[in-house]
Amino acid sequence: MTITESGLVGKSVQRTDVLDKLTGCAVFVDDIQFGPNLLHSRLVRSPYPHALIKKIDIKKAEALPGVRAVVTGKDLSARMGLYLIDRPIFADDRVRVYGEPVAGVVATSENIAVEAAKLVEVEYEVLPAIYDPVEAAQPDAPLIHPDLGSYSVANFIFPEPGTNISEHFKIRKGDVEAAFADCAAVAEGRYRLPPIEHVPIETHTSVALSEKNGQVTLWASSQSPFAMRDMIAQGLGIPHNKLRVIAPLVGGGFGGKAGVTMEACAVVMAQAVPGHPVKLRLTREEEFVGTSVRQSLVSDIKVGCDEDGNLLAMELTYYFGGGAYNDYGVNIARAAGYSCTGPYDVPNVKADSLCVYTNYPVGSAMRGFGMPEIHWGLEQIMDRLAEKVGQDPAEFRRLNCVRTGDQIVSGMKMTPIDLEACIDKATQAIRWDKKEEPTGPNKKRGKGIAIMWKAPAMPPNPGSAAVVRFNEDATLQVEVGGQEIGQGAFTVAAQIAADVLGVPYDNVTVSTPLDTKYSPYEWQTVASRLTWSMGNAVKAAAEDARFQILETVADAWDEDIDNLTIKDGVVISFKTEREQPLDKMVVYGMPNDNFEGWKGGPVVGRGRFMPTYVTNLDPETGQGTRAVVHYTVGAQAVDLEVDLDTGQLEVLNIASVYDVGRAINPDLIMTQIEGGAVHGMSSAYESIKFSQDGQVINPSFVDYRIATIADIPGKIHGDYVETPVEDGPWGARGVGEHVMVQTAPAIANALYDAVGIRFSDLPLSADAIYLALEKALDQQD
Amino acid sequence: MENHTISLTVNGQLEQLQVPSNLTLLHVLRDMLGLTGTKNGCEAGECGACTVLVDGEPVNSCLVLAVELDGREVTTVEGLAKDGKLTPLQEAFAKLNAVQCGYCTPGMLMAGTALLRRNPNPTEEDIQKALVGNLCRCTGYQRIIDAIMEASRQGGAR
Repeated sequence: MTITESGLVGKSVQRTDVLDKLTGCAVFVDDIQFGPNLLHSRLVRSPYPHALIKKIDIKKAEALPGVRAVVTGKDLSARMGLYLIDRPIFADDRVRVYGEPVAGVVATSENIAVEAAKLVEVEYEVLPAIYDPVEAAQPDAPLIHPDLGSYSVANFIFPEPGTNISEHFKIRKGDVEAAFADCAAVAEGRYRLPPIEHVPIETHTSVALSEKNGQVTLWASSQSPFAMRDMIAQGLGIPHNKLRVIAPLVGGGFGGKAGVTMEACAVVMAQAVPGHPVKLRLTREEEFVGTSVRQSLVSDIKVGCDEDGNLLAMELTYYFGGGAYNDYGVNIARAAGYSCTGPYDVPNVKADSLCVYTNYPVGSAMRGFGMPEIHWGLEQIMDRLAEKVGQDPAEFRRLNCVRTGDQIVSGMKMTPIDLEACIDKATQAIRWDKKEEPTGPNKKRGKGIAIMWKAPAMPPNPGSAAVVRFNEDATLQVEVGGQEIGQGAFTVAAQIAADVLGVPYDNVTVSTPLDTKYSPYEWQTVASRLTWSMGNAVKAAAEDARFQILETVADAWDEDIDNLTIKDGVVISFKTEREQPLDKMVVYGMPNDNFEGWKGGPVVGRGRFMPTYVTNLDPETGQGTRAVVHYTVGAQAVDLEVDLDTGQLEVLNIASVYDVGRAINPDLIMTQIEGGAVHGMSSAYESIKFSQDGQVINPSFVDYRIATIADIPGKIHGDYVETPVEDGPWGARGVGEHVMVQTAPAIANALYDAVGIRFSDLPLSADAIYLALEKALDQQD
Repeated sequence: MENHTISLTVNGQLEQLQVPSNLTLLHVLRDMLGLTGTKNGCEAGECGACTVLVDGEPVNSCLVLAVELDGREVTTVEGLAKDGKLTPLQEAFAKLNAVQCGYCTPGMLMAGTALLRRNPNPTEEDIQKALVGNLCRCTGYQRIIDAIMEASRQGGAR
């Protein structure tokens, strides 16, 4: 597609990566050819959820022909982490979760590595395991990290050494006790979610090469090559300039390929066989067993309002099941803490948000970062409270939802949003006021609504950098460090650069793959932050390049720079109507009018962005001037029916509306909204299942079902509103995660509307629904 | 492991290969022929990412042993576009943004191509039935359905 007029921002231009992905040219880590020097590897994983390692015997494994190295955690003191440095690369004196890497085997073929892994003999002493985060948070619970007090931790995270609590975030705002005394209605409940998996179709894959000169290169399927480099470099004591992370396209991330999962294992194995690239590719079973998960949550919620429905008070305790290592999880609990009320204006709040170690899989970032977890309970309890005061659920939300300028739960002033408009659009799309007939006999139909908010959850100052580099023919490279994980980040970067520079979109190439040796810095591809943060950096880089071009032309023509612009790749003067095409001049510069000497030179624009205005919060009250950069809000309304004979749900329509600030590429937003609605629906039915001994028992696509093409909603109505943020490019903010945050509670609320039964626990499996229907019938009899 | 000599026509090119008995078509394509467009998602026939055509029929290449394929014809995603011209289905995927991370895309294209050859005018339900073994975590599937319908209107699989 060639778009030659300016004004690319707001246009649904074609994705930069689409032809590669349609013709088999797109390169993922597993597709890179390493030649005959390549070695293969396999991890030896713990069969117990909690045990001391008494002895590891690697002799038999080492003796197998074709085995080149066997490594263990014995000689590694390294721990890794982003916020809380709590995780060994290979287990040290103990294992804390089923599937934890205990040893790694490097061999000439994958088959030999698999056989050798079976020959590693590990002697364990089994310890009592604990799985429920509420139990694990008790003072007498067995300790999973006895050394918690000695771990390094970010200054905004507050672990409680001597317990399993790795983060305790508190909100103390107003007078909750007095406010509850004034409430005309109060709703209370406990809500639970199980851990679920990200399930990218590409499993985690990495290849590491340690050269004899000390240079280490890691090819990884990574959302965050820079954060990965930083963590592994720190963990293994490698200077940043000696560790190069190359990150080609990512075949699905959803948060699961942020940070470090197993990539450090590959580096340690590669260091044992210098000169040989070592591939570590997780099997599908390992992807289910050995990677991070969305954390489980138990939430205790109490909320009250006056007789007109105005929210007065909330009291909340969130117990996040952080799993065996809580590195990212601590910041999820923190984010859930400062956003604990959901998108509501509540004057009195007491909240405790805990991240708790358990012997379940490592909890980590997953699309929504704590928000799907807390909204599951919040958005149902708001419906219950609305019912108690006789209000329509949508009306109740319009009355109480957060508005621009409100002083929100963390004390900051709400950044510009229009949640009411989202509610209006979603309810209209679903014909909220109309009771619909079921499509068949013995079915019941209902509608539900849920609203959400989410802020990018990050340290206060995550940065983005970008470079724009012209070629002789006025095509250009945009260099970024943010990753393309399917969301369209590269496309938006190209669009922004082309728009600012006044060049055709087709002139722009985004430099790939990401490579920490050449790409400009980007903190991480998480938090729905790229369009916003990386977008700001690309815009600044393009503006810098544009200034270099115009300055050269203005000098050469002896004109005022303000009289010049670039349109369709040509510099034009409003005043003299002179024209100068960009080709050649963007590299060779321009001769002076009198042909004596030259101006300019190769155009290289650079830009950067870092939020500088986020403040820390008081550790006792959670109050501060600005907890986060901004929020994205949205509403989803669901029309569904349930088959009373089977308990099967069928979602007929999801209306999904978000305030995106400014739509840079409207159709890419729609692709997020649609994909997110199905991901959100699927998440309502998903659960990792465990044996009594803490082993994952459904590690396959057959036993862990994700939505297939046959399961999708009858209709997805996507829409957006645009209330610009102050700190984003043209007012844009992120929407990639938000689109699945409240789908599960919207479904639960519609289910209640259909059958009058509340479900406080996920998953919403057909058998759970069927049994609840049976029970309700029994009670009627 | 015993090696076998097989001839295989891959994307129109005749290949003579020495393959061990246990080698799957997926690994022949990716590791021996460097055709990495075909993706490995589960190696258990559950995700469809490795779907290719064998004599025009869609198969999970991770479930087929190469020795079984002597004399057969295989088409992979690299064999769809001819002389730089996309097929109507590839065009429709591009036009309708039916691609996100792209890892399931080759399998989707192969399953969709086989369907359109078998049934040039599929209904949404036909498409759902034919592609139920092809998993996607990004797109929500609707645009993949829409793209196959669009390709059907534009002249089918070709």
